[in-house]
Amino acid sequence: MLDRMQRLRRGALTGVGAAAAIVLLASCGATGPDNEQNSLHPAGSADHTIMNLFTPFFWIAVVIGVAVLAMTVFVALRFRAKPGDDREPVQVHGNTVLEISWTIVPALLLAIMAVPTVATIFSLAKIPTGPNVVHVHVDARQWFWQYEYTDKGTDFYTANELHIPVGQPIVLTLTSSNVIHSFWVPELAGKKDVVPGHPNTLTIEADKPGTYLGQCAQYCGISHANMRLRVIAQSKADYDTWVAQQQTQLSAAKVTQFTTQISNQWGCLSCHSVTNLASNIGVTIGPNLTHVGDREAFAGDIYPMTLTNLTKWVYDAPGRKPHGDLVGWMPDFSSRGMTMTQAQQIAKFLLCETATDPNSHPECR
Amino acid sequence: MTTVEDASALFQAPVKRSILDRPRATTGAWSWVTTVDHKKIAIMYGTTAMFFFLVGGIEALMLRIQLAQPNGTFLSAARYNEFFTMHGTTMIFLMGMPLAAAFGNYFIPLMIGARDVAFPRLNMFGFWVFLFGGIFLYSSFVLGGAPDGGWFGYAPLTSTPLSQGFLPGRGADFWAVGLIMLGIGSVATAINFIVTALNMRAPGMTMMKMPVFVWMMIVVAFLTLFAMPPLTAALIQVFMDRNFHTNFFNAAAGGDPLLYQNLFWIFGHPEVYILILPGMAMVSEILPVFSRKPLFGYSVVVFSGIAIGLLGWGVWAHHMFVSGIGPVAQAAFSLSTMLIAIPTGVKIFNWLATVWGGKVRLATPMLFALGFIAQFTIGGLSGVMNSIVPSDTQQNDTYFVVAHFHYVLFGGLVFAIFGAIYYWFPKISGKMLSEYMGKWNFWLMVVGFNLTFFPMHFLGFEGEPRRTYTYPSGMGWGTLNLMSTIGAFIIAVSVLVFLVNVIFTIRRGELAPEDPWDARTLEWLTSSPPPPYNFAEVPIVEARDEFWHRKYTEDDEGRLVKLAPSAASTIPARRDPNEPHHIHMPSPSYWPFVLALGLPIMGYGFVFKLYWLIGIGALITFFGLNALTTEPATEESH
Repeated sequence: MLDRMQRLRRGALTGVGAAAAIVLLASCGATGPDNEQNSLHPAGSADHTIMNLFTPFFWIAVVIGVAVLAMTVFVALRFRAKPGDDREPVQVHGNTVLEISWTIVPALLLAIMAVPTVATIFSLAKIPTGPNVVHVHVDARQWFWQYEYTDKGTDFYTANELHIPVGQPIVLTLTSSNVIHSFWVPELAGKKDVVPGHPNTLTIEADKPGTYLGQCAQYCGISHANMRLRVIAQSKADYDTWVAQQQTQLSAAKVTQFTTQISNQWGCLSCHSVTNLASNIGVTIGPNLTHVGDREAFAGDIYPMTLTNLTKWVYDAPGRKPHGDLVGWMPDFSSRGMTMTQAQQIAKFLLCETATDPNSHPECR
Repeated sequence: MTTVEDASALFQAPVKRSILDRPRATTGAWSWVTTVDHKKIAIMYGTTAMFFFLVGGIEALMLRIQLAQPNGTFLSAARYNEFFTMHGTTMIFLMGMPLAAAFGNYFIPLMIGARDVAFPRLNMFGFWVFLFGGIFLYSSFVLGGAPDGGWFGYAPLTSTPLSQGFLPGRGADFWAVGLIMLGIGSVATAINFIVTALNMRAPGMTMMKMPVFVWMMIVVAFLTLFAMPPLTAALIQVFMDRNFHTNFFNAAAGGDPLLYQNLFWIFGHPEVYILILPGMAMVSEILPVFSRKPLFGYSVVVFSGIAIGLLGWGVWAHHMFVSGIGPVAQAAFSLSTMLIAIPTGVKIFNWLATVWGGKVRLATPMLFALGFIAQFTIGGLSGVMNSIVPSDTQQNDTYFVVAHFHYVLFGGLVFAIFGAIYYWFPKISGKMLSEYMGKWNFWLMVVGFNLTFFPMHFLGFEGEPRRTYTYPSGMGWGTLNLMSTIGAFIIAVSVLVFLVNVIFTIRRGELAPEDPWDARTLEWLTSSPPPPYNFAEVPIVEARDEFWHRKYTEDDEGRLVKLAPSAASTIPARRDPNEPHHIHMPSPSYWPFVLALGLPIMGYGFVFKLYWLIGIGALITFFGLNALTTEPATEESH
């Protein structure tokens, strides 16, 4: 007979155990927040493939884990020495049959898991070809992403925001000339490192229109956390419109205005370019500014594209995004004599004059 | 050679002493500097490593405060990067490995019935290198910036010359030189353990009668011996690229960043087993004692440990699944990684079978050992999920991986270490740690640990990458991160309880019985703490678990039968009045300290390019080396 204390204790323990198990299973079943960066919410063919492989294996792991956990608790409590019990346990030194079986059973299980794993590895490594494949050259910088659309007839540069047509495979060529980064948009595909001297490719494809967030996943220096990106998947028609907009160059008057009124004083054009066709690209040290006003966010996709944000950025970029000692980075113009008013004028030009539709920004109306 | 304590005083003769004479102090601070007693060295290893455990833990708390909420401002980006780099580096090189060295040092000789390790002065050298290496690394905080390239220090981020400013400060130089230094100490200790375990076993102790602990420490020592050289090569290359304009990892000049990753992980994966095998070793000793049953399938446990050690060399590229190594290499390393789960699983099943049918005492060491099994299993399973390459392309470099290896190294190794401390504390100090506080220590740690690291699995799936000092609001990661931070502070409370327990016990804890746990192995056949010579008479070994078999036998049905106490099972009293006077023990020496002291001096010379300082350090090292080899082996006073 158990005394009352023991029963109470056992009851409490069972209760806590059951509660923990329920919380555990519930949290395993939930797929987390809808943050557009959640690998459990696949929206592209590669992540669907990954999740189809992952889900059954995840549950196998959960079942094994819960079983071992339960077994550990069971042996500890079931064989616990009781007061006044002077039995001595049988001295079992081993059991060959048992030991062989718990070597072979996991081996078989792993062998079964290995087959679809290897098959999926090779299927994901295939690089699609054909007329509907879109090619983009992704160059990773400290700390933003430069995109060059390289297909025939669409030879232009942009940054941080990758527009893609839905239902078409996008082959990304990943390069870096500084440190290692990793391109990762969880809802579309797994990540792939961007290794200097070692161009990698990654295929992404979106099922449906929408915004998919991502960020650099390989530690790349002080502002690694500030190297985000977004993929904007659009219908074919919308995508074609966007491409046409990107290929439309700023008027000669605007370029002259930027050069004489802004760049000659502050040196913008020694790092940035306000033209974006491969034929007239200019410098590509900083993000391309030709249609910066069309983007939803900037500075490695960390600040929403508003006049206020952009003004603060132009005024003192290092104060808004740490760059440590990195040579050749966007300087703190406030310490070079720029006033807030000047910064706002520059920001206003970037926001309103480069946007295809300035009316999309309330500040430009 | 000198004779033990009392005797050396008796034989002190008025001979003129030269600078090369051996030191004589056996008590006081100086005796700790010059000691070659493996037990004193182990205590120094252990306390130093626990100190670094606290330092690394405080760094972790800082990281957790920063991440408790989106857009945290508690730490600057630069400080955050330094802290996560030093947290990892500390816990691996200044806590995990030295604690294994501490337990190995104390218990390998005792468990095999030896009086000391094979190379006592090399042993001492290893400790001083570790201590100086740790001080060297931490001095970077006040000497121009701590390491901030991650514990893995990927090139070319770390290897690009300082002038380009990829990483602020001289941290990467401190990191490369500091790890080279620590590697020297680790290799010295590894050689010592291997030679000791292979050559100094008591008569009758065949390899298959050795405690599993000793077996696993041999495996660990071999892994260390072969894993450190590739790391050292990679670090030297990083340092050369950074300071002398070589181009090993500079892609623009034909170098290859992936070369670094291959070199680093061919060290780095065996390193994981260097860290976890000692944990498995401790648990394999604790479970049988508290179940009153022998380890289930001794030989299978031993051979699966060896198998893990061997397979550990063939899985390094699973850290590089997203580096662009191609599908063939991905498939091969995926399979080899799955393979290593088999011997690991076998061990878990054998441990559970050991407890099965036993008479289980849920004392603190046993609780920690059981916690090890449960939590290590979770870490093992998430490891198998990482071996599934397509899945890993999502999990790699996210908080899922952080959860995974903390389940292995904290839920596994750290729990095993705490269990081992509770188990062996009476042996080392002669006093019992409080069981009451021990249980608080355990349960707080279980709750805190799981609350900290379980949510991280989901943060990884939900897209949060590692090593990011901040995350925007609106990602929905705030709640789980806050849970994690709360958990970290519960762990901190648990560690505080432990510290109070230790301090209280040392001050006024109750004296431990000679054999408090009814243990099985030879370290309990001597007094607690053991005398400098360990055993007055070297035991003759007839059985695995020799000490147990001097106390018990089995009847025909395999049930335990207590033997009448005999001379063979009697533990000598703490202060034997007839203490033997003629056991020759190695003499203390100054020179391991001097030899080791030259290394950090050279290190500072390299970091700051002060060539004269390198020269001074080299001179000290050569002087120490020369003195070490020429100092008299025997005191001339006899």
